[in-house]
Amino acid sequence: MSVIELEAPAEVRPRSRPQPSRTRGKAWQRWLSPIAVIAIWQLASSTGLLPPRLLAAPATIAATAADLVQSGVLPTAVGVSLQRVLLGFGAGAAAGILLALVAGLSRPGENAVDPIMQMLRALPFFGLIPLFILWFGIGETPKVLLVALAVSFPLYLNTFAGVRGVDGKLAEVAHTLKLGRAALIRHIVLPGALPQTLVGLRQSLGVAWLALIVAEQVNATAGLGYMINDAREFLRTDVIVVGLLVYSALGLLTDALVRLLERRALSWRRGFLG
Amino acid sequence: MAARLPGVTVASVRGLTKAFGERVVLESLDLEIGSGEFIALLGRSGSGKSTLLRALAGLDREVSGELAVTGSVAVAFQEPRLVPWKRVLGNITLGLDAPVERAREALAEVGLTEREQAWPLTLSGGEAQRASLARALVREPDLLLLDEPFSALDALTRISVHQLVLELWARHRPAVLLVTHDVDEALLLADRVLVLDEGRIAHDSAVTAPRPRHRDNPELITLRADLLTALGVSPEGRS
Repeated sequence: MSVIELEAPAEVRPRSRPQPSRTRGKAWQRWLSPIAVIAIWQLASSTGLLPPRLLAAPATIAATAADLVQSGVLPTAVGVSLQRVLLGFGAGAAAGILLALVAGLSRPGENAVDPIMQMLRALPFFGLIPLFILWFGIGETPKVLLVALAVSFPLYLNTFAGVRGVDGKLAEVAHTLKLGRAALIRHIVLPGALPQTLVGLRQSLGVAWLALIVAEQVNATAGLGYMINDAREFLRTDVIVVGLLVYSALGLLTDALVRLLERRALSWRRGFLG
Repeated sequence: MAARLPGVTVASVRGLTKAFGERVVLESLDLEIGSGEFIALLGRSGSGKSTLLRALAGLDREVSGELAVTGSVAVAFQEPRLVPWKRVLGNITLGLDAPVERAREALAEVGLTEREQAWPLTLSGGEAQRASLARALVREPDLLLLDEPFSALDALTRISVHQLVLELWARHRPAVLLVTHDVDEALLLADRVLVLDEGRIAHDSAVTAPRPRHRDNPELITLRADLLTALGVSPEGRS
């Protein structure tokens, strides 16, 4: 045992030390392969090897993106889609976190809420679309609800685990400090559950965009999904790719927002994480 | 230093019994803690020292017998148990009715004024334990329960925190129940040393030597031998 423990760091250290400078100095190398792929793609399109019917050329896509922005088609579509995600996310997050608190803070609450949530979680929620259409028609409601449903589960599960994972020793401290139940929840339980809730938030935002994309494939008359579906009718692969890129950009953006929130809300862990 | 005011008790325990399943940890234990008295409670591990402390702190309600604590109780635990998402000052003021100036004074008393805005996870072990003491003392308890608060500190830090606890005790005069497994620590700090064995107080002796005490004080040497015997350890440590 001791031999392994003694040898391992001695071997690892000299190897890991020069690494940061090597990668930092040649960071541009990481851009080489993506640029090469785009160049080959453009070449294939220009020579007619890749017909625009299958996939538009990068240059065409860039031009189309500019057109779509200027004509206002893309901003409008993004606005509609963003609204759906925000409404659905807001409703789903509120429901998920609220139910997690009900279940997490009391045994009767857990018995009432958790079995139902675990059963619903097992449902493939994209499979609910036909039912949702029957129940809510083809307007905004089923789309927003699908997003809300998708969002609520990761937040429920993570917040519930977070509440239950709060250090019992801190609850004892709260007791010796004569904190009441409300103060215990406010000062110990909620902040203690927050890191896990933020993990759930990141997961649920990822799922939110996925749910939106699926929901927008069904009978949308506006939004990014509609723009993509409409483009398919006219074999406009350039518009489809622009739509996909916007989806991924929005996904990355929201993820960055959550990470910013994490850094702010969990700054007390900074010293701990080093 | 006769700290005990005659007839005034802050805690009174009669026939306290606690069992974990078949295992009886405390068996019909009696104990009186006088106002302002500094008691050290020794015992082998598993002897129920911490169980008694938790019962006095109101953290363990599943005990039988009488347990009367008059006045307020504060606890400092073995691990400082600071709330990690509250800055040091926020930890001191947590659940505190007094103005924030009182918390600042308490931090000044333990020498942590500079660290009032620090996150607990950035504190050293000694700083965290001092913050934990400040959090307990700012409540001006009549009974201060210390659950092996020095055991995780390095030897040098421990000496300075011992000094600090004595200073704070001399100034505020709470009754103190210090749970420890360190005989020397008990002798250096306490007025009265108890040994818990088989669920009862098996040994109870007063320490009258004036403070600051030195290990080579003849009274302490005699007491140490008695205590080690009571703890089932040969004083020479050779048998």
